[in-house]
Amino acid sequence: MQPPLLEVHDLHKRFGSVQALDGVGLSVHAGSVLALLGDNGAGKSTLVKIVSGVHSPDAGSVALDGSTVELSSPRQASGCGIETVYQDLALCENLSVTQNLFLGRERRHSGNRLKGWFLDRHAMRQEAERAFQVLGSRIPSLSSPVSSLSGGQRQAVAIARAIVWRSRLVMFDEPTAALGVEQTANVHQLIRRLRDQGVGVLLVTHNMVDVFALADRIVVLRRGKRIAELNPTECTPDDVVSAITGSSIAARES
Amino acid sequence: MATLNSNTDLETGAQMDFVSRLRHGELGFVPVIFALFAVFLVFHLANPYFLTPRNLSNLTLQLGVLGIMALGVSLVLFIGEIDLSAGSVSGACAVVLVLLSTELGLPGLLAAASAIAVGAAIGWLHGTCVTLIGAPSFIVTLTGLLVWQGVQRMLVGNQIGQMLINDPLITGIASTFIPSWMSLLLIGLTSAAALIHFGRQWSAAVVGGIAEVAIWLARAALYPLLAIAVYAILSQHSGVPVLLLILAALTLVLTVLTEHTPFGTHIFAVGGNAEAARRAGINVSGIRVLLFAMCSSMAAMSGIVAVSRQYAVDSNTGGGNLVLDAIAAAVIGGTSLFGGRGRILGSLLGALVIGSVANGLDLLGQSANVKSIITGLILLGAVSVDMIARKRRIRSGAAGA
Repeated sequence: MQPPLLEVHDLHKRFGSVQALDGVGLSVHAGSVLALLGDNGAGKSTLVKIVSGVHSPDAGSVALDGSTVELSSPRQASGCGIETVYQDLALCENLSVTQNLFLGRERRHSGNRLKGWFLDRHAMRQEAERAFQVLGSRIPSLSSPVSSLSGGQRQAVAIARAIVWRSRLVMFDEPTAALGVEQTANVHQLIRRLRDQGVGVLLVTHNMVDVFALADRIVVLRRGKRIAELNPTECTPDDVVSAITGSSIAARES
Repeated sequence: MATLNSNTDLETGAQMDFVSRLRHGELGFVPVIFALFAVFLVFHLANPYFLTPRNLSNLTLQLGVLGIMALGVSLVLFIGEIDLSAGSVSGACAVVLVLLSTELGLPGLLAAASAIAVGAAIGWLHGTCVTLIGAPSFIVTLTGLLVWQGVQRMLVGNQIGQMLINDPLITGIASTFIPSWMSLLLIGLTSAAALIHFGRQWSAAVVGGIAEVAIWLARAALYPLLAIAVYAILSQHSGVPVLLLILAALTLVLTVLTEHTPFGTHIFAVGGNAEAARRAGINVSGIRVLLFAMCSSMAAMSGIVAVSRQYAVDSNTGGGNLVLDAIAAAVIGGTSLFGGRGRILGSLLGALVIGSVANGLDLLGQSANVKSIITGLILLGAVSVDMIARKRRIRSGAAGA
């Protein structure tokens, strides 16, 4: 069988006296959505930060397509095709949609030497248009600043980055926390489109609507340990909540 | 809301875009050009001598010191920082220039290059204090203002009053005018560059109909016509000054750097959201340090021009309102004090507004105090326009939600 797109194995991470991760393992398959749940301080963010290259683990390994990778910087992680959509989206509101999509990795003119110093706006614009077409998303204008966009449109911009960079794994940190009902539905649609492109999605969220709308599998963390792995078609939101809080283990221990 | 396929911005549909941009608070150069016309009109009505070739020639020479400093300061404003020390740095570097030339007998070019290098080192120091210590640039450069002013006065203190310089290259910067054939050549080059740059958009404009073609013509002809107008006016007096070419070249280079390179995008990214820039893999500290160094280098250049204008340096060189005028010029030109917004050309136009006000009030026999008050009021006007535009931008963003 094909190895999973992402496989983290026995991750440990300690911050001072806090054991943020204590032997956590999970895997994300291409074209599937894994929801990562847990109360505050359960270790979700730490895991995301390790996979996105912000933190390095004390012990354990991260493997892509079955081979272990060193992720010692965000640059390296994005080089491996791992994109993170942060809760605050990390967009520059003063820059245009296209500029945000390519921020830090701008396209330059190819060919002769002098031209190679300058931005290739045309190429960036075309790729940006293609990305929004793939997402089926509507943006008023690619050259208008992000400050003129709505919250849902900003989510689309952050997600379109993953399309532009042909990311294979996209991690979302609370993508719908600040959105209304309609925009949440739009973001769900965007994440499904991303999944349909064969991208692996790791979804960190508190929102049960997100979980049951999107997830193929659910992994629950508590105090740095993996408590349960659930199948959303076989459990109820109450089962998930009790796994998170630890009130009763209705779920199958993993 | 339009779909992506019907996007009409950037290359075509310039006219719609312009109006809708204005409505959404993207004012661009409109306020500064409006201010410029108003200032020219008022002073022309008050004193017809104002718009004579002789006075305009004078004005371009007066623009050098302030203009170069304003270009440098706007770079720092783009990343949401400020440099209050630019005046002191220009004064201190001016003294360095004169000392190297007169005491050590260095040739003008070498002395000037050294003064600029000293400026760069000072700016690097400011930038390092801001990034390493995390001190606000307001405080770091306020310290710089005091320290470098002290250094300047100490260096001048050994001399009596002014320190004169007679290096022909240095004094020539502000007193040389290029011959007519060279001006005509430059007009030709400007036209050729405009033709190459806008030629690619011609076919799109033709498809867009008569209005698009008119806009294309206006855009393509703007800079060549401007060059011809400047030449036509200045050639009636002494010709085009070298100083104007230096100013134009610096504006061009910095415009290309800030608007057409990845580095330029990173500058505005740092100014808009430094954390997002850092997550995108941009070296935020490196950019900050580099821009402080560039700003102080430009301050040093403006100090060199000041020396060239006065044939001397003293403890007042670079002092007075100069740095505040430079910051005001950038803001009048549309640069936001909050960072992330602004254009180099705007700062040059802003400097032209302030320079024209100073020149015009001089012609009317007004004191420096009156100049100070009027410049202050123009700055207040510019900031008010910026704040109103900012509110419109935010409102139009909210309306899109």
